[in-house]
Amino acid sequence: MSKLGKIIKVAGPLVVAENMTGSKMFDIVSVSEKKLMGEIIGFSGDAASIQVYEETGGIGVGEPVYPTGVPLTVELGPGIIESIYDGIQRPLNKIYDKAGDYITRGVQVEALDTEKKWKFEPIAKKGDNVSEGDFLGFVQETPIIKHYIMVPFGTAGEIKSIEDGEFTIKDTVACIKTKNGDVDVKMVQKWPVREQRPYTEKISPDMPLFTGQRVIDMFFPLARGGTACVPGPFGSGKTVIQHQLAKWVDAEVIVYIGCGERGNEMTDVLLEFPELVDPKSGIPLMKRTVMIANTSNMPVAAREASVYTGITIAEYFRDMGYSVALLADSTSRWAEAMREISGRLEEMPGEEGYPAYLGAKIASFYERSGVVKCLSGENDRVGALSVIGAVSPPGGDLSDPVVQATLRVVKVFWSLEANLAYSRHFPAISWLNSYSLYIDNISDYVKKNVKDDYFDLQTEAMRILEKESELEEIVRLVGMDALSAEDRLILLTARMIREDFLHQNAFHEVDTYSPVEKQYKMMDLIIYFYNQARDYIKLGADIKLIETMKVRNRIARMKYIKNTEIEKIDTIKEEINTEISSLIEE
Amino acid sequence: MLKEYKSIVNVSGPLLHVEGLEGVKYEELVEIRLVDGSIRNGKVLEVDGDKALVQVFEGTTGIETEKTSVRFLGRGIHMYVSPDILGKVFTGLGRPKTERDKIIPEKSIDINGAPINPYARDYPNEFIQTGISSIDGLNTLVRGQKLPIFSGSGLPHNRIAAQIARQAAVLGKKEEFAVVFVAIGITFEESQFFISDFEKSGAISRSVLILNLANDPAIERIATPRVGLTCAEYLAFELNMHVLVILTDMTNYCEALKEVSAARKEVPGRRGYPGYLYTDLATIYERAGRIKGKTGSITQIPILTMPEDDKTHPIPDLTGYITEGQIILSRSLHKKKLSPPIDVLPSLSRLKDKGIGKGKTREDHSDIFNQLYAAYARGKEVQELAVILGEAALTDMDKIYFKFAENFENEYVSQGEYENRSIEKTLDLGWKLLSIFPREELKRIRDEYLDKYLPRFKKEEPGES
Ligand SMILES: Nc1ncnc2c1ncn2[C@@H]1O[C@H](COP(=O)(O)OP(=O)(O)O)[C@@H](O)[C@H]1O
Ligand SMILES: [Mg+2]
Repeated sequence: MSKLGKIIKVAGPLVVAENMTGSKMFDIVSVSEKKLMGEIIGFSGDAASIQVYEETGGIGVGEPVYPTGVPLTVELGPGIIESIYDGIQRPLNKIYDKAGDYITRGVQVEALDTEKKWKFEPIAKKGDNVSEGDFLGFVQETPIIKHYIMVPFGTAGEIKSIEDGEFTIKDTVACIKTKNGDVDVKMVQKWPVREQRPYTEKISPDMPLFTGQRVIDMFFPLARGGTACVPGPFGSGKTVIQHQLAKWVDAEVIVYIGCGERGNEMTDVLLEFPELVDPKSGIPLMKRTVMIANTSNMPVAAREASVYTGITIAEYFRDMGYSVALLADSTSRWAEAMREISGRLEEMPGEEGYPAYLGAKIASFYERSGVVKCLSGENDRVGALSVIGAVSPPGGDLSDPVVQATLRVVKVFWSLEANLAYSRHFPAISWLNSYSLYIDNISDYVKKNVKDDYFDLQTEAMRILEKESELEEIVRLVGMDALSAEDRLILLTARMIREDFLHQNAFHEVDTYSPVEKQYKMMDLIIYFYNQARDYIKLGADIKLIETMKVRNRIARMKYIKNTEIEKIDTIKEEINTEISSLIEE
Repeated sequence: MLKEYKSIVNVSGPLLHVEGLEGVKYEELVEIRLVDGSIRNGKVLEVDGDKALVQVFEGTTGIETEKTSVRFLGRGIHMYVSPDILGKVFTGLGRPKTERDKIIPEKSIDINGAPINPYARDYPNEFIQTGISSIDGLNTLVRGQKLPIFSGSGLPHNRIAAQIARQAAVLGKKEEFAVVFVAIGITFEESQFFISDFEKSGAISRSVLILNLANDPAIERIATPRVGLTCAEYLAFELNMHVLVILTDMTNYCEALKEVSAARKEVPGRRGYPGYLYTDLATIYERAGRIKGKTGSITQIPILTMPEDDKTHPIPDLTGYITEGQIILSRSLHKKKLSPPIDVLPSLSRLKDKGIGKGKTREDHSDIFNQLYAAYARGKEVQELAVILGEAALTDMDKIYFKFAENFENEYVSQGEYENRSIEKTLDLGWKLLSIFPREELKRIRDEYLDKYLPRFKKEEPGES
């Protein structure tokens, strides 16, 4: 064990200690007799700069620093699902049991329950030759998650023994004979959070990741294993989108990081997720969710760590072959935490005071996403990690360095607009400024598995929306009367697309989740209406008659048709035909 | 025994640099004794070797390096509390204002508090009726929420806050709010306005007043909201009361923080405010809410004046990023003599969804809410269009929207300072205003509610007959 360090400076979350030779960059240390956890983030001679994950009030010069010699790690094993952790993987429920309503300092709790017994069911058998990443067995952690126990990184050899039965995570479940002697494998492993977990090979994403949110799936879709960002001013709907994705996204495991945001938003998830059920499995959403909550009032250094804690846990489930979605709300608070620490280190500031390495950190965070061939000697296990980050630019200004650095690396951009939010058009995703660069990747899959003309409908709808914005300019200059009937039909249809399709109320029991089949039918119907009406106008019909068609009311209400009764949408087509023919007769 | 040091080497702005120290702790409370025997208070901002940087709450005027002595008290700033704080007045540092404000303390609490464990929170969901339509109907306040008022200089934010304090009630419950009123750098007149309003309504006996006025030391303002919130937490979570905290004006708080940051020569963030302003404000605003298993709650109404009425200024911007919505006042509505001049479009209550609806307000609340917003937003657009093209150029439907926006501002938003509307009345008013539209236009309202409510209001519409 290395010798004790001695504090020579305390400035907010930054502590400097001397006599620290023997420790390494990013080692964890324990600060003062209060045993506050900290991490070494810089050296100058034998003096280490330490970011402390807890409040440093009351700490002074001369107090000791205890080195541990290990970096910040997370514990990975059964018991992670359904947990709520702070930024450094301390379970908040256990802190609550120990310390009560407030998070006090120096609370030490285990990340995983070490006493609980899990039923370990072996997959490999004695005598099998295994290498890193191979499945040894699994624990049915929740009704929908099989938690596979994998051969630890750097281990390969022949299974000498393997158990079957009830064990705690500290018990040995298998013994592997390796070149360097026997290795006892337990159900828990540790991993340093700042290091990405290895895989065999990255594959480019080619499957959509549907979310049940119409503007996303139809216009700006995600790919499984892809990246997306949601920038917008406060109140524009970033958190609601993140919550909606956490609820409805078609992924198997969800990691939700509340990074420097509101306490009540985490409470909301905690109270709601056990009640809501996954539309596919019918199991409560909590049974596939891990939460990291380092809220705005919790220590800023732990906020910096929280995104790494979250993504490491996400990678771990990816390694089991799952499709994992990681939601980070908000990455700006993480960037600000970096800025604050960097400022205390008196580093040379870059744009807006952010450290010069901001862009590099953001890029390497999103780079941990992807579809991968998992590390494993025996099969072609494929896992995916999709990363969706909210960004909170000051004043909603997209020239913000965090937004810009993020846009350089992510492939989907959902641009939130204050004006849409003001009129309560939610999700307030701008249809003109947002983009998804995955459409080419996923279009084969969508054509084959959803509908052949899915993206044709999208293209037509987009054309109408773009045309609307041009026409609005004209209306603003010369008034509505200047427009032709066809142009007015464009305006009418665009309004239908916006209000009857894009607008989606997250708090409506049906509307909150729209399966793609329903989305397709809805869009198809609006375009059908448009085409029928256009033909009718070509016959010289009065646009006013179309504007007041009764069927529009049914179209407006189709979003509330239950997901089990979506064929009802088809019957509206007949009504369109009937009403138009009756107009023609008149 | 506490050691006294006479080793101040430098005074810059509100900061002292002291040397030759031993055992000094970060954030420790400091007592500074001036030559004339007067005492000031400070806080350690940084310790570096044998040096410490001390922020002086009362300012450094009159402090010289030779004879002024400094003692480090070995603890943070504490507030002394007992149930008797109700009805008392304290300074911005939490000291009794006069002899009659002295209490026999039951306990002392560090004013910095500690973060509430998100796991310990209970979600705020009890509707508070403020009697103001544009709040109750559209930006519903719930018990345990933090909902700021973004105002501008000369706008009637104080009147609105006082009206809320006067009228706030939870339906079907008798409990009255205890009020913690925290004045941060406001004028004597402004604070007197609140105090006399509390006196008139009788709330004064359930109030704790923490006053740092415009002529009080500016740096003390860094402690003032924390003193108030410490009282609030004590009342709410130890004495089980429902507490309404009014913090005014948070802009003065931020200015004080900026002053200290500038004196420390820190790299400034946006518009000269420190980069940690968000985190710092969060340690204030997050001290609101409900806690599992406790009956009390803290509802916060911070007030801030937006410099140049600019919502993107760092103070309102970062506040909006932390609080659970915002009530924004508009100068143009104020000029039109609407009272309260609440700009409903950019205003927001993030917690309304769980506080409204059947069993809380009324089943149709959420749909009416959505429809009013959609219609008013469209109406405002149409009004703008009419400015360019003239009203005559509007389509028939747009003319209805135009009229709606006007009626909405005059009847729904504007109501006067002493009108206390029930939620029923507010919701009905919404229906009445919307009834000028043909039914098909009311897309955001469920059919069943249209069937149930609309006919009642349609027939009253004179245009129909
Ligand atoms: N899809 C939606 N449906 C209904 N309301 C929404 C939706 N998205 C956002 N909102 C409303 O907007 C408010 C602010 O959204 P939020 O996601 O918290 O914003 P942000 O995180 O960008 O500050 C929410 O409290 C909610 O009232
Ligand atoms: Mg948010």
